[in-house]
Amino acid sequence: MNQSQPQTPSNHRVVYCNCTYAKIVPEKTKQQVLSELSASGVAFDAFADLCQMSARKDPVLKELAESGQLKIAACFPRAVKWLFHAAGVTLTDEKHEILNMREQSADEIVPLLLEGQPLSGRPDHEE
Amino acid sequence: MKNDSQSSLRVIIYEGADSAPLADSERLELVSTLLTGGYDVTLANGRGLVRDNQAASLLVLGKFSGDMPSQASDAQGDGQVIFEDIAGLSTEAIVSKVEATVERLGKPSPGGWKPWFPVIDFDRCTNCMQCLSFCLFDVYAVDKQEQITVQNQEKCKTDCPACSRVCPEVAILFPKYGKGPINGDVVRESDIQREAMKIDVSALLGGDIYSSLRSRQSDARKRFSTERDESKALLERKRCLKKLQGDLDIPNEILMSLPSAGDIQERAERAKAKAVQRLARSQTVKDTRSTATPEEWGI
Repeated sequence: MNQSQPQTPSNHRVVYCNCTYAKIVPEKTKQQVLSELSASGVAFDAFADLCQMSARKDPVLKELAESGQLKIAACFPRAVKWLFHAAGVTLTDEKHEILNMREQSADEIVPLLLEGQPLSGRPDHEE
Repeated sequence: MKNDSQSSLRVIIYEGADSAPLADSERLELVSTLLTGGYDVTLANGRGLVRDNQAASLLVLGKFSGDMPSQASDAQGDGQVIFEDIAGLSTEAIVSKVEATVERLGKPSPGGWKPWFPVIDFDRCTNCMQCLSFCLFDVYAVDKQEQITVQNQEKCKTDCPACSRVCPEVAILFPKYGKGPINGDVVRESDIQREAMKIDVSALLGGDIYSSLRSRQSDARKRFSTERDESKALLERKRCLKKLQGDLDIPNEILMSLPSAGDIQERAERAKAKAVQRLARSQTVKDTRSTATPEEWGI
């Protein structure tokens, strides 16, 4: 199930970190970001905990970083940068944007995550 | 730490062609519950990009409208693809199906370890090795380029940020720590000033922890050559550790699990013996390396 055909040149991957194993990211921010992302109709990857992936040097981190533009909703950019580095992956300012759910509000983060994404709503949207 | 991603189960919530979309609330509840359970989840709907499959087994959850195979191989043929129709199922029932699939395939269950470990900011690190000499739990090591590295993350003591406090360059992060700059927040001038002013471990213990314990033992030998006062030594160690606890924010349970004085002394003696061996060798054989390897230092 490879969905890697870009729809627009500005398309980028979106990654959300749930920081499942600690309560350091404000719950309200996490919930709002996840809620708006999942309702946006945009495909994305939601990871239970990027720290855990870094600790096990998960090759998924490398694949994500090398796959093109990437926007990551997680915690402090310095922490995320060096977590990826610990897994042998270099993030660059040009290709990778890190949004900080510990300090930024969901209202700031979500538009940045979805910028340039095809937002035409979900097909046959229920509810 | 073992890399087990290739054997883990990747959960995909599929809402693309030949499937009906989930209600917003239903989708959110399912994603949240799976993430909280430690599962990584991909929301795939034919719009936007998601990561490729890294040969993991896939569990594709969807409200499929037509016939579908219960199982298939992915494009590379090196991972299983399992389909589950979740139409009409509650979140609880879907999660049960995910757990049953994990069990059936013999995949590791997620969770079980709070990923608490130091992360080094190499823009700041000067490779001074203070963290290596401070940590008693073998979390740090030196790589082939003689660069400090975090090697045994799982040996780090949960909620203990002590090594970051002895780093003179504010280069050690614990992303799950509460306060900055240890949590990865920007390092400010005031943090650097504080680092410069703080009492380092050497000052605190009158040398590094190993030499402190060694010299304490040596002093004790001189003073109590005929009757060793073990209880007094233990009391002293307790007092010293209590001071460390306050200054370095070390949780009580970590102090309780510290190696014994004997273990520490043995380790120091082992390192010293290796150093002597290496010195002797370097006097007879021209050695171009500037420092010993981790194996030689016994770390």
